[in-house]
Amino acid sequence: MNKGVAITGMGIISAIGNTVEENYASLVNNRIGISTIENITTLHSEVIKVGEIKKTNQLLVDELELSPDNNFSRTAMLGVIAAKQAVQNANISSINEYKTGLISATSVGGMDMTEIHYYDYFKNEDLVRYISCHDGGDVAHKIADELGLKGMVSTISTACSSAANSIMLGARLIKSGKLDRVIVGGTDALAKFTINGFKTLMILSDGYNRPFDNDRKGLNLGEAAAYLVLESDDIVKKENKKVLARVSGYGNANDAFHQTASSENGDGAFLAMEKAFQVANLNPEQIDYINVHGTATPNNDLSEGRAIARIFGEKTPDFSSTKPFTGHTLAAAAAIEAVYSVLAIQNNVVFPNLNFETPMEEFNLIPQTTLKTKNIEHVLSNSFGFGGNCSTLIFSKSE
Amino acid sequence: MRKTYINGLGCISTQETFDTVFLEKAEINENDTVFAVKSPVYKDFISPVAIRRMAKGVKNGIVASAMAMKEANVTVADAIITGTGMGCIEDSEKFLTAIIDNKEEFLTPTSFIQSTHNTVGAQIALGLQCKAYNLTYVNGSVSFESALLDAKLKIEEQEANTILVGGIDENADYTTSLFRLAGTIKKENESPYKVLNSTTNGAVYGEGATFFVLENEIKDTTYAEVLDIEIINKLDVNEVEVKIVDFLKASGLQISDIDAVVLGYNGDVEFDVYYKLLSTNAFVNTPQIYYKHLSGEYNTSSAFGLWVGAKIIKTQNIPEIISVNKLKKSAYKTILLYNQYKGIDHSFTLISTS
Repeated sequence: MNKGVAITGMGIISAIGNTVEENYASLVNNRIGISTIENITTLHSEVIKVGEIKKTNQLLVDELELSPDNNFSRTAMLGVIAAKQAVQNANISSINEYKTGLISATSVGGMDMTEIHYYDYFKNEDLVRYISCHDGGDVAHKIADELGLKGMVSTISTACSSAANSIMLGARLIKSGKLDRVIVGGTDALAKFTINGFKTLMILSDGYNRPFDNDRKGLNLGEAAAYLVLESDDIVKKENKKVLARVSGYGNANDAFHQTASSENGDGAFLAMEKAFQVANLNPEQIDYINVHGTATPNNDLSEGRAIARIFGEKTPDFSSTKPFTGHTLAAAAAIEAVYSVLAIQNNVVFPNLNFETPMEEFNLIPQTTLKTKNIEHVLSNSFGFGGNCSTLIFSKSE
Repeated sequence: MRKTYINGLGCISTQETFDTVFLEKAEINENDTVFAVKSPVYKDFISPVAIRRMAKGVKNGIVASAMAMKEANVTVADAIITGTGMGCIEDSEKFLTAIIDNKEEFLTPTSFIQSTHNTVGAQIALGLQCKAYNLTYVNGSVSFESALLDAKLKIEEQEANTILVGGIDENADYTTSLFRLAGTIKKENESPYKVLNSTTNGAVYGEGATFFVLENEIKDTTYAEVLDIEIINKLDVNEVEVKIVDFLKASGLQISDIDAVVLGYNGDVEFDVYYKLLSTNAFVNTPQIYYKHLSGEYNTSSAFGLWVGAKIIKTQNIPEIISVNKLKKSAYKTILLYNQYKGIDHSFTLISTS
């Protein structure tokens, strides 16, 4: 196998915890974060459940000690919290000491503020400062500023696979020597925009999401941010850094089937996984755990399941979707699941796929439904998005 | 290391930039603060059913990418990489307005489906049935340069030989009104809106779609080689020259080797100082080019800038209409592009004759 790129730090905030440790504790104790929405006033609050972080915007402002006239979107605030944790976890004291970059990911960006103030901008001069926080890049700039980072900053937006691509790009930038160190991940806050968008597509569950269950009814939206620090082997050696795990493989392909639906045989997913194995120089049988995309929509799980069956044949490794814990956190999903993949490797556990009862009739794929302890060397993590964007990451234990 | 060449261009802009040689029909508009694209005949490229459904950014992206591929004489791509600052803002606006106006009721999914930032890249992939690498960057004014840098890296990694790279942004009415309110766009009633030597705040705005076919081989259609790209989130005015010197050094060059410099002047008196300082110091003896008086400012207008740079190398000519200092050179071998927006999202792009 290829050695892969070192992960030396990670940070996360999600509906199941405000730190990496809290997230892990929730995952191993079946503490889910799916609840009734509180921070957004929406017509649908009674009929949907979401993976909401139970902190108001004001609380986040206070925690980050932002000035009262700040123009941070919720997406940016969540991102700053997770990115700061990651940098601290990697024991970085002087952020610009090496060629350091930030590759972020988001799908809603500052939409959470735009939708609150949309018509009020013309009525209240005080609000005008929020206009410029709408675009995705603003989130990355705010994170970079809060970290004091000066260097390459960019943002990827490929819907629900966004953060997988930021981790992939980060790994490539390290491998090519363009950067010595890069902070990668993604952030997305809940917004009326996405709640109503997914509602019109009729893929929101009215209960708790049930990935890979025959009677699954759709997804729960969630909000989260997670970032990882990737560093070159030169830095790792020079600073005697602790390596949490490695990004050993990555693949990106397009399903080229439909703007929002996945193809029946999961061509894009198949190609993304195939490519990731190629890059990692690993075989499917070496995978110990798959953290599936598993959104619990009828379409995703069927398509992903078929692609998994095509890649792994009869010998499917243990797999689970962690979305019953967190909800589907869109552009951040691949980043929080990257943190969970690293936790699986560090602790030698497979996290349970909650809410599963009945196997899907189309194939014989049964997720791991209870916490399982076993040696984990390699984890494969899938993320797929609108626009046919399919991405796969492989994480490996660092020897 | 494998080299990267620009082998085809497609440009839909606020000027006539298709079926033309190089800005011979360009017109300077100093009466408007927002320019609209000169639309191509969409039905020559897209089915009538699809035309009705698609927002203009998607249509322009599809047409510009088709033009670039036709010119480069390629039918398949090993990667499709796009950049867009504001994304599919027309559909985003449409869906958000409906949510608010109808109080979350009676919504249909079409505009939501088309509102994601990766819609253009996705629709091009769908049209070409291209299952290859597909990515969209959304970081303000380095959205396009991020895509370009990724593409160059892909070619160097030997992961791709033919790549479609483009920058797309579209204007939408309500967002434009918000940009006016925020002072991003120049105030009304202050015309003529001059981009050079402007004394007012805000920029003149535009929209467009500019695509490039990048390949690892020189062909008959080759415009230029892409030597290097660098992205920096933040710089002070007086740091830029030092960064440029370092950037050029990495390619074994110095400022005197640059035959022309393409600058992102957009008429915002507050931030054009970044360019002005270079114009009057480091590059005072270098032919200087500007283009946003023709294209308007938008997050991916720097892709129009690269289109200009590539055309200069190919035609060995700087049209009068884009010249800042009227200097000429007998040959244009190496061109540097520098862009920033409101003091952030700085990019340097270096191209040369192949």
